[in-house]
Amino acid sequence: MRREPLALRAAPLLFGLLALVLWEGAVRIFDVPVYLVPGPIAIVGAFLADPGGLLLSLASTLLVTFVALAVAAVLGAALAIAMATSRLAQAAIQPWAVVLQVTPIVAIAPLIIVWVGDPFTSLVVCATIVAFFPVFANTASGLAAAAPELADLFRLYGAGRWRTMTLLRLPAALPHFLTGLRISGGLALVGAVVAEFVAGSGGFASGLAYRILEAGYRLEIARMFAALVLLSLAGIAINAGLGWIGRLLLRRRGDSAA
Amino acid sequence: MLSIERVGRRFPGGTEALRDVSLNLSSGDFVALLGPSGCGKSTLLRLIAGLDQPDSGRLVWDEGHEPTPGEIGFVFQDATLLPWATAEENVYLPLRLRGVSRAEAAPRLRDALARVGLEQFAKARPRQLSGGMRMRVSIARALVTRPRILLMDEPFAALDEFTRHKLQADLLALWEAIGCTVVFVTHSIYEAAYLARRIVLMTPRPGRIASERVSPLPHGHSRLDPAYATLVAEITAAMEQALGPADEPRGPQDQAGAAGHVRDVRSCGGEGPA
Repeated sequence: MRREPLALRAAPLLFGLLALVLWEGAVRIFDVPVYLVPGPIAIVGAFLADPGGLLLSLASTLLVTFVALAVAAVLGAALAIAMATSRLAQAAIQPWAVVLQVTPIVAIAPLIIVWVGDPFTSLVVCATIVAFFPVFANTASGLAAAAPELADLFRLYGAGRWRTMTLLRLPAALPHFLTGLRISGGLALVGAVVAEFVAGSGGFASGLAYRILEAGYRLEIARMFAALVLLSLAGIAINAGLGWIGRLLLRRRGDSAA
Repeated sequence: MLSIERVGRRFPGGTEALRDVSLNLSSGDFVALLGPSGCGKSTLLRLIAGLDQPDSGRLVWDEGHEPTPGEIGFVFQDATLLPWATAEENVYLPLRLRGVSRAEAAPRLRDALARVGLEQFAKARPRQLSGGMRMRVSIARALVTRPRILLMDEPFAALDEFTRHKLQADLLALWEAIGCTVVFVTHSIYEAAYLARRIVLMTPRPGRIASERVSPLPHGHSRLDPAYATLVAEITAAMEQALGPADEPRGPQDQAGAAGHVRDVRSCGGEGPA
């Protein structure tokens, strides 16, 4: 596989480091109070002051994220398959999927929290709603993406629906599903955080969003930033991890080296 | 083996793809369906394959013996291989769909790949193969069920000239070795003249059969054979005549060019012992 030159790979890292140095320098030179804009060193300090608490909160948010992503993946793929199998199912499902997609989660989260009751479950429901659409839409388009000539070929050899699904449509949809999963991974985290914000005062006080709210109330801006940085890193890791899994699966299958 | 009787096909949009088409296919024939785009030749092929149904007329198979899946092989314009499967797995597909186990199929897969000269590439994925090699895999896939009739829909149209010539020669050798019936759709007069024993000319809107020509070329003929040039010229003339003024309007330049081309080829053929 072709590798990018070292300079290109190091560029984002160096740029980030430069930005951090400038940030820290500016905060010190202009003597900005820590409760307005903390410097990177103060943020690291805030993290190190209570690493256990923040990491535990991260774990709590990630648990919601992963459960929601798993549910969204299973549900999205299953409904997409149902739609590909039956025109009736397609007519029934498609508009509701769009409704789900265009409804802002912030607007329905309070309702879900009231209805569902159990805090963890309600967070998962909110995050699932946000994460559902990409994996659903991508899988659906992937299932329809197989060349019509190949579908003809399957008909010619007398293949039934089941065989056409398992030997043609599902394998053809795999790359699309993985793309959708990667987008949904990021969105599941967003959904989990948004739901935590809304539920924040509702009693399930353990996620990173709650730490951010709490730190905000106490004007512990450095701790707020530390929680934010953890969230960003988690988002990057989820995106990279799902991308890596996708490439691995496709390469093992012998698809183009994506 | 098959008689096509006054078949017509109109698409839901109102386009009349075929009108009153009658054609007899005998066992071991190599028939080229030749015509410009939109003359319904691919539609006719799909009707023979059973992928589409005629609105009028009928297809009568020998003694009512409708072909079972696997008795018809189909090669599309694109190789249409499963990109995630190896060459061998792609060739295995028709047998797999008919419930033949991999172990049982193995010798037939080897044989089919060997026939198209790809035994060394059994484990290669489509993306690792050239366009010509992918088409060979596609042909092997169509032959693996030992079909009675092989339907080919402009299979070499997307290939470069040199690859096309090689594949055409190899296809002829295959046909002579296997002896199955071939129906070959093409819009290339040269290809039809080189390959087919019978050349059926079709005209567009609605698609119908204009005329038919039996190839005088001997088996194992060469493209350099003057008789081949003569045949090309004859088909060209017949095509010009069939398309006539009903054809799309053309500029005076084009018409002069086409007419000049016919004369050239004819004079070339005229010098030989045709």
